[in-house]
Parts: sequence; structure tokens; C-alpha cells
Amino acid sequence: MFWNRTRTLGASLLAAGLLAGCAGDGGGVQSQKLSTITGRGKLICGVEGKLPGFSFVGPDGKYLGLDVDVCKAVAAAVLGDPEKVEYRDLNSSERFAALASGEVDLLSRNTTMTLSRDAAGGNGLSFAPTTFYDGQGVLVPVASGIKDLKGLAGKPICVESGTTTELNLADRMREQNIPYTPLKFQTSDQTFAAYLGGRCVAVTSDRSQLAGKRTSFPKPDAHTLLPVVMSKEPLTPATTNGDPAWADAVRWIVYGLMQAEESGITQANVDAKLDEAKANTNQADLRRFLGVEGDFGKLLGLPPDFVVKAVKAVGNYGEIFDRNVGPASALKLDRGLNRQWKDGGLIYSPPFR
Amino acid sequence: MKPLLRRLRAELFATRTDTVLSLALISLITLAAFGVLRWAFTQAQWAVIRVNSTLFAVGRYPVEQQWRLWLLTALLVAASGATWGLLRAHPRPDRSGVLWPRNDRLALVLLVLIALAVPAALGLSLAIASRWWGLTVLLILCRWLAGRFGAGLPASGQRLAALVWPALYLVGMVLISGGLGLVTVSPSEWGGLMLTLLASSFAILLCFPIGVLLALGRRSDLPLLRWGSVLYIEFIRGAPLITLLFLGQNILGFLLPGGLAPERVWRAAWVLTFFAAAYLAEAVRSGLAAVPRGQLEAARSLGLSYPKALQHVVLPQALRVALPAMVGQFISLLQDTTLLSLIGLLELLGTARTVMANPAFLGRNGEVYLTLAVLFWGCCAALGLGSRALERRLDPHAVPSAT
Repeated sequence: MFWNRTRTLGASLLAAGLLAGCAGDGGGVQSQKLSTITGRGKLICGVEGKLPGFSFVGPDGKYLGLDVDVCKAVAAAVLGDPEKVEYRDLNSSERFAALASGEVDLLSRNTTMTLSRDAAGGNGLSFAPTTFYDGQGVLVPVASGIKDLKGLAGKPICVESGTTTELNLADRMREQNIPYTPLKFQTSDQTFAAYLGGRCVAVTSDRSQLAGKRTSFPKPDAHTLLPVVMSKEPLTPATTNGDPAWADAVRWIVYGLMQAEESGITQANVDAKLDEAKANTNQADLRRFLGVEGDFGKLLGLPPDFVVKAVKAVGNYGEIFDRNVGPASALKLDRGLNRQWKDGGLIYSPPFR
Repeated sequence: MKPLLRRLRAELFATRTDTVLSLALISLITLAAFGVLRWAFTQAQWAVIRVNSTLFAVGRYPVEQQWRLWLLTALLVAASGATWGLLRAHPRPDRSGVLWPRNDRLALVLLVLIALAVPAALGLSLAIASRWWGLTVLLILCRWLAGRFGAGLPASGQRLAALVWPALYLVGMVLISGGLGLVTVSPSEWGGLMLTLLASSFAILLCFPIGVLLALGRRSDLPLLRWGSVLYIEFIRGAPLITLLFLGQNILGFLLPGGLAPERVWRAAWVLTFFAAAYLAEAVRSGLAAVPRGQLEAARSLGLSYPKALQHVVLPQALRVALPAMVGQFISLLQDTTLLSLIGLLELLGTARTVMANPAFLGRNGEVYLTLAVLFWGCCAALGLGSRALERRLDPHAVPSAT
């Protein structure tokens, strides 16, 4: 009886979803999600909640971090107020279910973009642009003088057992034919304690995590991250496949943050730039980007000045990075792959045309 | 002094083996205590607790609404003081009616010390610290008033006084969540110690009646009722709490159309309730089994209806037997609330983990976990103390105590 009823309910929900999907295809910018969010007056954003630099709660009860700033930018662009966000802490096992069931509108939770997560036959996510290119790195004491993987030949390396980290290390070292001794530990705390205790000359984990842990070392400056990146971890905000218009809106809000950095628009000067665009009719690119002319906002179902609102709320991509994980934070991460494409990084916004 | 020395000698250094063992253990304990204290006073950086004390207490509850929580605390403190005083003013007939027994005086001194020490240690502002002192004064005042004048309270007044607690629970719910003219505070903003206590008290209060009904159902003569109860109890006991919590968080969203599913906090609280009820049912059943069948038969033959016989004869005896097991269940329920942090709720452990993720406090795990341990120990010890007092009060064979 119970199962019968749930199946009927599930089927009717599915049918409703299909109908809504058809309506969306026909009506241009008809996004059910967007109207849900504006009707509700707040964005529900899924975050990790306990990840240094990416999402955590400050002493005043406000959420902070790079992932959080993406939520705020989207809320500012859609609702005009970066504070109109309800955060949901999600763990790694429930994050996709929460997105699929519609409990969260947006997942901004250090999620690596992969084929199986993107595919309709897999998790069926729709990924926005990558906001943080992470990768597995290696931390060594400065005094050891080690500069690359070759320098680790024959040396013990601390690694957490049973993780992809351990497998990636083995793969990379085998590729380059470098012999080494893995020292495996059950938890990340044990791994770092062993490294600090001098039981190995290097420790490997995601670069953002290594940088975070390093700040808690007795002498952070005595340790350095090797430039090598052993795996690709593009951490990317995501929505569901079910609402392409909403996915597009999120995608271009994030691109807007990146383009703003490229165009030299910051939280501080965005108003001045807007005045400049309004005054100069020949600044066509800037006028379109800031919504003075053209209908980019309308095409996405957003206000015309959505980029202005997002940048005013949290700053451009570079400012978000610096404030949360870069030089201005305790993590002091290098921009690395997260530089603008003009500086040799991977942050690249397609043209706003 | 002499008897103390003699006792120490008899208990710790009676034989050579005793002496060796005692010395070894004493030095080990001293060493450990010294290590912890040295760490706490020289190496630990307690700013992480001072700066985040509000977060640990009430989570992300909006600052401008926090007066409601202070008001609730004041009401709870007043009710506790009054209850405490009334219990002393109405001792059981076989007990001496001392108004201020030694344990009570000790407890008072301890409370005053806490009220002085905690605000100082947390570096709270004078405005907040004075609220702590005010609460302590309120407690003592209510305790004194109820103790002084409570003896004159007629029986009907006592029954009315007992109703204060359920009423206060409802008032507390309104104060916390809003409504009735108060600004609504969404459960997603509840957190810290408040959420831990709220979730566990909700589950404890509700699992009790459900558990008793299940236990009675399991012993019922009606097959449907009996098998229904057995099925429920065995299903719940066959699944780990964490899977049930995940089920509540992740599946309900799919089953109920958007927005209809209750808030995540309530889903978790109900899962805790239903989980604890199954275990409690077994504790109550053990109590029921301990009541001889003759009791029920005698009550029935005196003309009591079955419910009346249960209410007045069987259950009072059964629950008294089951009390220690039930309190054990409640204490583990309080600790089980830490699992809520795994489903993304910011109860005490969740708050601790998000605080440790703040780059400003990276690596302060020791300080945070030690604080958590003290808080949990305090809550569990309070539950334990309360239950022991209750057991003594319910014990029909108690000898009149001298204190």
C-alpha cells in the first residue's frame, strides 16, 4: 500500500516535471527554478560548511568563504540582495540528492566536475564554470631542498590510505619510474602528525588542503608546496539538468565575475565604471556587460544589471579568490591555475555578446 | 584528619601489591593531569572559544532576537528554582524535611562559582556577565521562596505547579521559533548548544509516551497490535541511527512535493524520537515483565478497569524498575544528537567543525573538542543526577536519611 502510493506519487511528480520541462523548452526564458526563487525571496544554496577558505561560519554567525561568495553573487544577481541566501550544510553523500530533490537551488560545495556527475545517465548535474582549479600537491620542508617529484626518489611520503590521493601518487610515480616508500595513515590528522614528526620528507593531499593545514603548523614558512599537480580537481558549482534556463543564469553570473576581473571592474570601482559606461556611448562592450544597453539580462531571465549587482556584492573573481583563499586570507594560496587566461591561468570567460 | 589518613591507608596502601599499584596509578594520573593543565594554560589558545562563544551557545540565531532566548533561559531557571524548592518543602513522609540539606548548599556554592568564573573566562562584556549573575540570583530567589512558602501550597496547587513545565515547553517553542507576534526564526538558523538541547529534549519527551505505548502493544493480546509493535521495534533496532537520519533527510524530499517536507531540523528530531522510542519500549517492557502478574489480576479483581489498573498499579511499578535503563537511553540520545552534524545541522559538534574550518582558528582542535567534552559531560551529568534524585524519591523502601 505504502509503496503503491509512493510510486503513484513519484510517477505524478515525474509527469509534472516532464510537463514543466516541455513548457520551459517552448517559452524561452521560462525557468521554474528562477520563478520559485524570486517567489520565495531567497536562494537556497548547498555548501560544505566546514571547509577552510571555502565555506564556514564566522563568529557572528555569517557564512564566509569562496563557495559562499558564489552563492551571494547569484543571490545578488537574481534577487538584488547577497544576504537573501539560506545555506544548507551538505555532506558529500547527500549533496546530489539534495540538488535532485530540489531542496537546494544551487550546489556550491567544492564538487569536482566529472563525466559521471555531468552525464544525464549519471548524477545529471549541470555544471557552471569552475571556480577553483584544485589538484593534488606535495608539501615538503623548505630545508629539504626538494624541488620536484624526482627529488623524492627513494624517500618516504606520508599519504592517507584508501583515498584517490594514494592512487594518484602511485600512478604519477610509476609513470615517471620514481621509487618511493608510501607511509599510509587512516586519518588526515595522523598523516600530518607523522609528517611533522619527521617520519617522511613529504606529505601529499589536495593543494588547498595542504595550504590550509600548513597554516596550523608551528612554523608555516618552513614548508613549501611543490609546483607539481598530480590530479585534476576542478571544483565547480552545479545545478540540475532539469532546468537549463536556471543553469544558464548561474553559468553567466559566474562568468560575469570572471569577466569583471578581466575588464578591471572591482567592487570598489564598479559604480564609477557604470557611470563611465552610461556617459560614453562608444564603449559598447562595457555598456553591454554592465547592462546599460542590450538585453543580456532579459535573455537569461535576470535583471539587466545583474553583473553590477553581483560584483557590488562580492567583488570580481580575483577579489573573491584573494579574500578567501589567496594572499589576504590565512590560507595564502597561490593563484596558480586560477589565474586569468591572459596571465597563463585557466580562468576564461567567453565573450559577453 | 586522622580518619581520612587511616581510610586512605586502608584503601590504597593495605598490602605491598596495593601500594605498588596505587603509586603507579597515582603518578600516571598526576602526569596526565599535569600535561593537560600545562597545555591548557601555556599552549592552548582559548580565543577560539571566547570569540565564538555565541556561536557555540545558540548557533546562527539572529543577534537582535537573542533576547527571546535569554527570556526563555530566565523562565527555565525560575521554574527550576521553584521546583527545587517545592521538592524540598514537600519531602516524602518517610524522609526528614530539611529545607537546605548539605548537597543543596554545595550545589548553590558551585552554581555561584560557575556564574562568576564562566563570564570571566569567556571575557564576556559586563552587560552579558550581569545577565549570568541575574540568572543565578533568580535561581536562588525562586529556590528560597518556594522552599519557604511552598509547604503551605495545597495539593491542587501542587498539581497546577507540575503543569508549569509542559506549558513552559510550549512557550519555549514559540520563543525560539517565533509566531504569535514574534518574528519567525527559521530552524536553519538554530544551532549550537541550543539545538542540541532542543533536539534531545524534544526526542526525550516524545519518545517516552510512544515507547510506553509500544511496550504495552508488544505485550498486548491483540495479534495486530502485538505484531505491529514487534515489527516496528525490530525494524528500528535493526537499522543504525545514521541510516535512518539520512533516510529522513534525503528520501522525504523526493516523496513529498517541494516545500511540503518539514524543516530538516524537525525531520531529524522526529527520526531521533522514533529511534529512541523503539529502544525505550524495550526498557519499559523489561519493567513490565518485572511486575508480577498477580498485581494486575488483583487490581482487576478489585474492579479497576484495565487502563486504570495499568495507570495506578502496573505502570508505576514498571517504570520505577525501568528508570535506570530509560535514563541510560536518554543520555545516549543526548549524545546521539552529535550525528546531526553529519547531516549538515549545526548542533554542538557541527558548530565545532565549522569553527575549526575558520582560517583564523585553524589547528585549534584541542581547545574546541575539550570545550565540547566539558559541555556534554555537564549535560549528561545533570541528567544522571536528576534521575538518581528521582529514583531515591520513588524508592518505596528508602530509609529516612539524616541529611
